[in-house]
Amino acid sequence: MAEPLLAITDLNAWYGPAHVLQGVSLHVGRGEIVALIGRNGVGKTTTIRAAMGLVAKRTGTVRFDGAEIGPRPSHARFAAGLGYVPEERRIVPGLTVRENLRLGLLAAGAGAAEEGRAIDEMARRFPRLGERFEQEAITMSGGEQQMLAIARALLSRPKMILLDEPSEGIMPALVDEMADLFLDLRRGGTTLLLVEQNVELALEISDRAYVLDQGRVVHEGASGILLADPTIRDRYCGI
Amino acid sequence: MEIDLIAVQLFTGVALGAVFVLLSTGLSIIFGMLGVVNFAHGAFYMTGAYAGVFFLALTGNFWLALAAVPLLIGALGLGVERLLIRPLYGRGPDYPLLLTFGLGYVLVEIVRILFGTDGVPFETPALLSGGIDLGGLGYFPAYRLFVIAVTAVILLLLWLLLARTRYGLIIRAGARDPEILSILGIDIARVWLLVFGLGTGLAALAGLLAAPMRSVNPEMGVAVLVEAFVVTVIGGMGSLLGGAIAGMLVGIVVSLTALWMPEMSTISMFALMTLVLLIRPQGLFGRGLAR
Repeated sequence: MAEPLLAITDLNAWYGPAHVLQGVSLHVGRGEIVALIGRNGVGKTTTIRAAMGLVAKRTGTVRFDGAEIGPRPSHARFAAGLGYVPEERRIVPGLTVRENLRLGLLAAGAGAAEEGRAIDEMARRFPRLGERFEQEAITMSGGEQQMLAIARALLSRPKMILLDEPSEGIMPALVDEMADLFLDLRRGGTTLLLVEQNVELALEISDRAYVLDQGRVVHEGASGILLADPTIRDRYCGI
Repeated sequence: MEIDLIAVQLFTGVALGAVFVLLSTGLSIIFGMLGVVNFAHGAFYMTGAYAGVFFLALTGNFWLALAAVPLLIGALGLGVERLLIRPLYGRGPDYPLLLTFGLGYVLVEIVRILFGTDGVPFETPALLSGGIDLGGLGYFPAYRLFVIAVTAVILLLLWLLLARTRYGLIIRAGARDPEILSILGIDIARVWLLVFGLGTGLAALAGLLAAPMRSVNPEMGVAVLVEAFVVTVIGGMGSLLGGAIAGMLVGIVVSLTALWMPEMSTISMFALMTLVLLIRPQGLFGRGLAR
């Protein structure tokens, strides 16, 4: 079997004295969409923040694209091709939509012409953003901000994107649009790890899923099978 | 009171304000980006003036000193951030505050050992030693005009850097949300390092420019640090535009008060600060506490 693109092994993480992740292991193959589901506060966000190097106290290994990235700082993980769209979108206040997008290209050191081309391409892909380039980004709706956060992560053409609660607080029509976008990304070869409260959405578009409870993986399997099993949802995914 | 006397005093206030602007700009960008209240800022200002004294004694060339001093003290700032401040990030704001407070004393003592405890003279460069007659308005010292011009150029360059370049975008975004830059591939530690170097370089430039106007002594940074904090608080912590306007405002208020009520001139800036804080607690252009 080919080595997975992302392999997390025996991940432990702490916030102060709280032992939040207790030996989480998961893997995501190239071109897969994998969902990470579970109730609020079971460690889903911590798992991907630790994978991105944003949790100070952690142990375990994180291999990405054939290399151990566990000890590397967050910006080096980005450079290796790991994109991340955090919870609550993190659109920078005071900056326009265009400036927020440009943040996604800064690390690449792209020239002005190259930058313009890449941003125009995003405007075609996300017409709602294209219409609002000069608007202050945080004045847009939640859904538009989410699209902006995803577009910003896509600009550097990452091999894989970690998405934290992309459907949170977004109107249903946009959620469908976003699901189509994720499937489209997979067709283009981008791998996705999706953390979701919206279990149905997550299991419908993903290939496989992990169920997290109290800092541990308690179930894993094909998304179709988990979707058909009512006990999973009742026991581990109720709000 | 003669109108030309007021004009001259107003002008003196603007020149004094220019020094405040340079100083508070450095203080403000360091606080805005790193969240560090830099109590060593006045000491860097003083070190800049003494580095100027040293360069002038060595080369006799003021212009060379003007170019070299900000770079030299800026490099010292890089070393301080890298070796002393960086290990303290993530431990709360008290740690870097206490560290820079102590560092300020260390720098003052080093200067005392090297240059003595008394003040040293700093002559106005020959080219700028005269005065310029500006029509009917009065006779203005050329050096002060020069200080205002240099400050204006520096502010313009800083504005261009912030508004028009990718480094400016990194600084503006990093002041609001450093983590988002990390996950978009920017080495934020390097950005903080350079910003600290830039801030200390500006403080050194302010010290060198102020040297011919105010006396050069090891304690010169102590009073000016208070003035810089007053300016930063009036302008709003972390706001460049606010710092520039507040610097001018404080310079002018102090100078004009000196004209009518000399004994009140030092108090006047605190009165101004109190007034501003009562009306706008976040300062004229501050964003408030939400960060």
